Amino acid sequence: MYNRKVRGPLVEGNKSLGQITSDIVTPMEKNPGSWWYIAFGISSIAALFGFYAIYITVSKGIGTWGVNNSVGWGWEIINFVWWIGIGHAGTAFSIFLLILRQRWRTSINRAAEAMTVFAVLSAALLPTLHMGRVWLAFYVFPYPNTRGPLWVNFNSPLFWDFTAISAYLLISASFWYLGMLPDFATIRDKTASKVRKAIYGFFSLGWTGSSRQWIRFESLGFILGGIAAVLVVSVHSIVATDFAVGIEPGWHTTIFPPFFVVGAIFSGFAMVMTLMVIIRRAYKFTDYITDNHMDAIARILIFISLIMGTAYATEIFIAWYSGNEFEMFTLFRNRVTGDYAVQYWGMIICNALIPQLFWFKKIRRSWVGLLVVSLFINLGMWFERFNIVVTSLSKDFLPSNWVTYSPTIIEIGVFIGTFGLFASGVLLFIRFVPMMAISELKGVVNIGNKKED
Amino acid sequence: MGKDRKTPAEIKDLATYDNDHLVEKQNDSLSELLESDFLDQSTSRRDFLKVFGFSLASAALLSSCKRPIQNAIPYVIQPPEITPGKSLYYATSFYDGHEYSGILVKTRDGRPIKIEGNILSPFNREGTTARVQASVLSLYDDARLKLPEFNQLPVEWDIIDKQIISELERINLSGGEIVLLTSSIISPSTIKLINEFGQGFKNFKWVQYDAVSYSAIIEANSICFGKAAIPDYHFENAGLVVSINADFLGTWVSPIHFIPGYTSRRKLDNGEKDMLRHVHYESGMSLTGSNADVRKKIKPSEEKILLIDLYNKVAGKLGSETYPGILYREDLTELADNLIATKGKSIVVSGTNNVDIQIIVNGINYLLGNYTDCIDLNNNIKIASGIDSEIENMVEDLNSGKVKALLMYNVNPIYDYPDSQRFLAGLKKAELSVNMSVTLNETFGTGKYECPVHHYLESWDDAEVIPGQLSLVQPCISPLFNTRSFQDSLLKWSGNINMYHDYLKDNWEKNYFKYSDISVFRDFWNISLGNGIFSYPVSGNKLFPFKKEELPRVMNSSEKAESGTFEVIITESVALGTGMHANNPWLMELPDPVSKHCWENIASISINDAGKEGIQSGDLIKLADALILPALLQPGQAEGTISVSLGYGHTKSGPVCTDKGVNLYTFIPTKNGNRFYGFVADRLENTLEKRELALTQVHYSMEGRPIVRETVYSEYKKNPASGNELHKEFESTHKSLYPDVKFDGFHWGLSIDLNSCIGCNACVIACQAENNIPVVGKEEVIKRRIMHWIKIDRYYSDTPDDPKVYFQPLTCQHCDNAPCENVCPVSATNHSNEGLNQMIYNRCIGTKYCINNCPYKVRRFNWYRYTNNKAFDFNAVSDLGKMVLNPDVTVRERGVVEKCSFCVQRIQEKKLLAKLENRVLEDNEIKTACMQACPSGAIIFGNLNDKNSKVSRLFDDQRCYNLLEELHTLPSTGYLTKVRNDGKTDS
Repeated sequence: MYNRKVRGPLVEGNKSLGQITSDIVTPMEKNPGSWWYIAFGISSIAALFGFYAIYITVSKGIGTWGVNNSVGWGWEIINFVWWIGIGHAGTAFSIFLLILRQRWRTSINRAAEAMTVFAVLSAALLPTLHMGRVWLAFYVFPYPNTRGPLWVNFNSPLFWDFTAISAYLLISASFWYLGMLPDFATIRDKTASKVRKAIYGFFSLGWTGSSRQWIRFESLGFILGGIAAVLVVSVHSIVATDFAVGIEPGWHTTIFPPFFVVGAIFSGFAMVMTLMVIIRRAYKFTDYITDNHMDAIARILIFISLIMGTAYATEIFIAWYSGNEFEMFTLFRNRVTGDYAVQYWGMIICNALIPQLFWFKKIRRSWVGLLVVSLFINLGMWFERFNIVVTSLSKDFLPSNWVTYSPTIIEIGVFIGTFGLFASGVLLFIRFVPMMAISELKGVVNIGNKKED
Repeated sequence: MGKDRKTPAEIKDLATYDNDHLVEKQNDSLSELLESDFLDQSTSRRDFLKVFGFSLASAALLSSCKRPIQNAIPYVIQPPEITPGKSLYYATSFYDGHEYSGILVKTRDGRPIKIEGNILSPFNREGTTARVQASVLSLYDDARLKLPEFNQLPVEWDIIDKQIISELERINLSGGEIVLLTSSIISPSTIKLINEFGQGFKNFKWVQYDAVSYSAIIEANSICFGKAAIPDYHFENAGLVVSINADFLGTWVSPIHFIPGYTSRRKLDNGEKDMLRHVHYESGMSLTGSNADVRKKIKPSEEKILLIDLYNKVAGKLGSETYPGILYREDLTELADNLIATKGKSIVVSGTNNVDIQIIVNGINYLLGNYTDCIDLNNNIKIASGIDSEIENMVEDLNSGKVKALLMYNVNPIYDYPDSQRFLAGLKKAELSVNMSVTLNETFGTGKYECPVHHYLESWDDAEVIPGQLSLVQPCISPLFNTRSFQDSLLKWSGNINMYHDYLKDNWEKNYFKYSDISVFRDFWNISLGNGIFSYPVSGNKLFPFKKEELPRVMNSSEKAESGTFEVIITESVALGTGMHANNPWLMELPDPVSKHCWENIASISINDAGKEGIQSGDLIKLADALILPALLQPGQAEGTISVSLGYGHTKSGPVCTDKGVNLYTFIPTKNGNRFYGFVADRLENTLEKRELALTQVHYSMEGRPIVRETVYSEYKKNPASGNELHKEFESTHKSLYPDVKFDGFHWGLSIDLNSCIGCNACVIACQAENNIPVVGKEEVIKRRIMHWIKIDRYYSDTPDDPKVYFQPLTCQHCDNAPCENVCPVSATNHSNEGLNQMIYNRCIGTKYCINNCPYKVRRFNWYRYTNNKAFDFNAVSDLGKMVLNPDVTVRERGVVEKCSFCVQRIQEKKLLAKLENRVLEDNEIKTACMQACPSGAIIFGNLNDKNSKVSRLFDDQRCYNLLEELHTLPSTGYLTKVRNDGKTDS
């Protein structure tokens, strides 16, 4: 079933079970080193800058951004879609590989899920801030209220969006947290510090490791996985309807839901790769996150990149084939050429062309290659969202309304802030939470190893 | 808190005092308390506890106040005519010295809040201009002068009167000259009063001075016909109009009078077949030029050559004497033929303030027999009666010390007299100088005495804009400040104890009552006040023979354009006019109809020249010393010319207009005894600095999309639906899975005739006044965040050298299948059962999804808090400025989306009225603000369910189409195709 010669072992270095525990728990117990403090300092400053930008936005108004009468959505919606896309990876990674019984997921899924939670939190911040009257944001909650009761507009994709994102955040966070219970218990049992014992003991929810708990734990994983699998598809499909339901040229297209889901997984996997390359080097986890793992992600990325390329070509073709002059203008004269050609070609190059480098094994095996390509994919996916949001709005039906759009420092500040938030979250995660599912790793430690032959 | 928010009733009472004074007083009492010995004593522990306890209690008390409490104070004695919440309309007249309109003033709880045209006024009918609409805001301008001053110190009127009277007496006894310098005055009673006032002095002179002079027309008519006047032009009778640099729809003489006549001959509603043709020669792209059927570029230096050639061609064909020699660079035979073909039914006008040119124009018109139907010298327009030489002589006399006393009323020569330094020097030599103006301006403080006068909405007066067309000016609010009307001052200073109100009444009783068939004067007066106007017959029409003597002298031209130089044309700005209302933020933010630029003036340069000189839009270019303006590449600008506009560059006329742009008046030379509105710039220097332009529209072209559909007259006559073929095609594709939306009662609709809309912007300001639309300032305009609910889109087609221009008013289309409605997550925008697309401000959380999903992009977002926000220090910040707000319309909060509501408050008002009177709502009873203000009647509102309503008939017109109808948004706004008169007579 598992061909070791082709796939290699899942965990290298002939680890014993005790070694695995200590390998993963040790980084949490010792001083992480100055690099961690520097990185955390920078991310905190970025987050603080973001909070300042948010303060300005909320106290003065969205006028402090670059959006205008024609381009009502700007950077923050671009970044929202981008973060949501990234937030896809963790769950997609865990769930799909779990359902498909791809056991190599075990060394990566924890970090990927953590990334999801922080990315979705960053993402959720942005559309909220984009509201003119953020203090009335609760108007989008559908609950029996004393205002009539006034209900939300169930026709509006923004309402679906709100529902989808909150459900996704809830499920992802539960899936991530509940998956950590056995590991928290391990730390609780292993640590010498009383404080840590108390904290991890609290978070382990009384895990004892009995067989009954393990059975329930496994089934809960599958149930939550099952729900989350649907959400992975639905959340970005629904984000896509924000645009696809709109009438704007370049938005009003049926390809968007699948295109967005694939794009989201693409960016999410790229972000997983970026983080894994860094963590792997920082913590010398090469035995757990093996070259084969990275290779597998790279192969997936090539495949998705081809889908993305096809989607871009389809978009262009349909715009031409529809004969709709507004679509044609938006696609051909405002994206392929025109004011926003840089962003369009940036998207094509980063998403459809650069990932093709992964056809070369040398690049798949080089950490620099992996890092660079994955960063390009993330940039490319940002360009894609920019193209969708801005180019359609800036030059739509009536030329009298045409404008150009550029962000202000406040708008960029909010984006930097979300980066800070995300990075701080990830850094706290690697400091205080076991980065890999220890219990699950132990389950796969022998797979592909000589012992089993 | 308390001092920021006052009820209108409170404000009205307070306004008679100085607001600031009152606030200061409150602060004073507080500071007195604080400075009293209660804090001065050395603090014991006991005192500390007392103060501490007091502070804590007051902090708790203050923080527990959730919202500032607003009190409305009821009347102690309710005036019988005022019902709170109900508007009262007063008929009056707008006249600011340059522009006249018969108007109705809407007042609410004693505050004028909106201006409408007086439908009874024959001069402007129901139309108004943007400036007339905006004048109500000038009433509440904080920059208004609030009390009399002597040498910059406040004094009482009694003291000022005593001093002025004694000084006048002294000067009179010494035989010194007393000069009264006023803007053009059209009030017969005031003229009578001035003459009586002058009789009291041995050496008195009255000089009328216009910021923008039409002196040459008056002088030319005096030479040619013996009548010194500006004739009335009847565009409604004309078949062909040839205009050379005369922007008669935008700025020239009295656009509000010409627009209804001109557009009445451009309307092709319901199969109308007759249409005026308009040929226009000009240098810059003016509002009038952009409406012309044929527009040709000409340099100012070529104008005389063209007119001489045209005269000769016309005279030659009519067998009259010619003065050959000079030929224009183009063949004018066809134009001459056309003029002769429409003989007696044509108008030739020139906007150049040059007597020679005006004599030739008169000659051509006389040859063509236009003085019977189209040009009326008997019933002349009295606006702009200043003569250039008179003011020149006056300034000369001032400087020579001959003039001992100078009384100035409603003039601002320090700003708008070309050689203002010389004027100022002369002014300083006068022993007595009195300035009487409504608002702060550059002339303020240069004289000894400041005698601020009422705003016209606080004054009594009359006006006779055309002989026989009288109208009254009546106060609609009691004076807000300690001001006094100019006429009352004159009465006081001439020792007359009467008030001007009595004087006015008396004058009417003596002179006009006799023309009325009403037996009692009181009734006559009340009826005239109610109507606002009174017409009386003027003695018989005289024929004025043309005196040819001057023609041979003027029929030559030595002017020629020098290569490498630029001829600069100085024009009035369509938004600001002469600039006297520049401190009005509505007008400052009103884009120019053609360049779509606001907040400062710009230098329009042709695209070819800009290419040669390496200039791009926004580059600061230097035309002369101290004349640096941002360039704008203007399609249609004649090569070798640059257009700049007046009205900007104020130095001390109030906070809104100060240091915005450059004052061009100082660059106006005097040529052949007349002020010439242009000069030659020897060089053009690109300073290599750049400035972002406050444009409200940045893309010129329609990109070949059927946005403004057009046809030509000859095609239209064959097929009225020509140019609109797409409408049928799109209609046939309108299919939906859902059942059609049904509207049982009303279904409101708006029709806009693109053929009679001239793009004048009156609707924009009318809408702004009606709907409390905030002003956002230059920086926000640059960020494309202007708030106007209706805007006029301007497109160019053909080549940038010789473009065709299109205007298209754009407002919420009230789509029956509105893309904005279904995307709002909180249902803050929805559809009424009368077809209105409604905005619920309370519910809006500002996701802006509706803005994005509106294909017309007519929704506006409140990016900031625009009221009570010092960052937007316009009228919505001060208590005074907020008095203009319409209480029927909510002032929107930061973060909500707003847009055109089809003036739903007006719909509701008339519906309720009809219900109360138990009758059916009549067609045309409800008028939206834009419709009511439109001088050309291009906008029609009504019920689409009523098949006989005017709007329904226009929707059935073959020219009607919906904007972007291919999107199946099903708009309730229809546009009628634009038809250009190609002059082909075969049908």
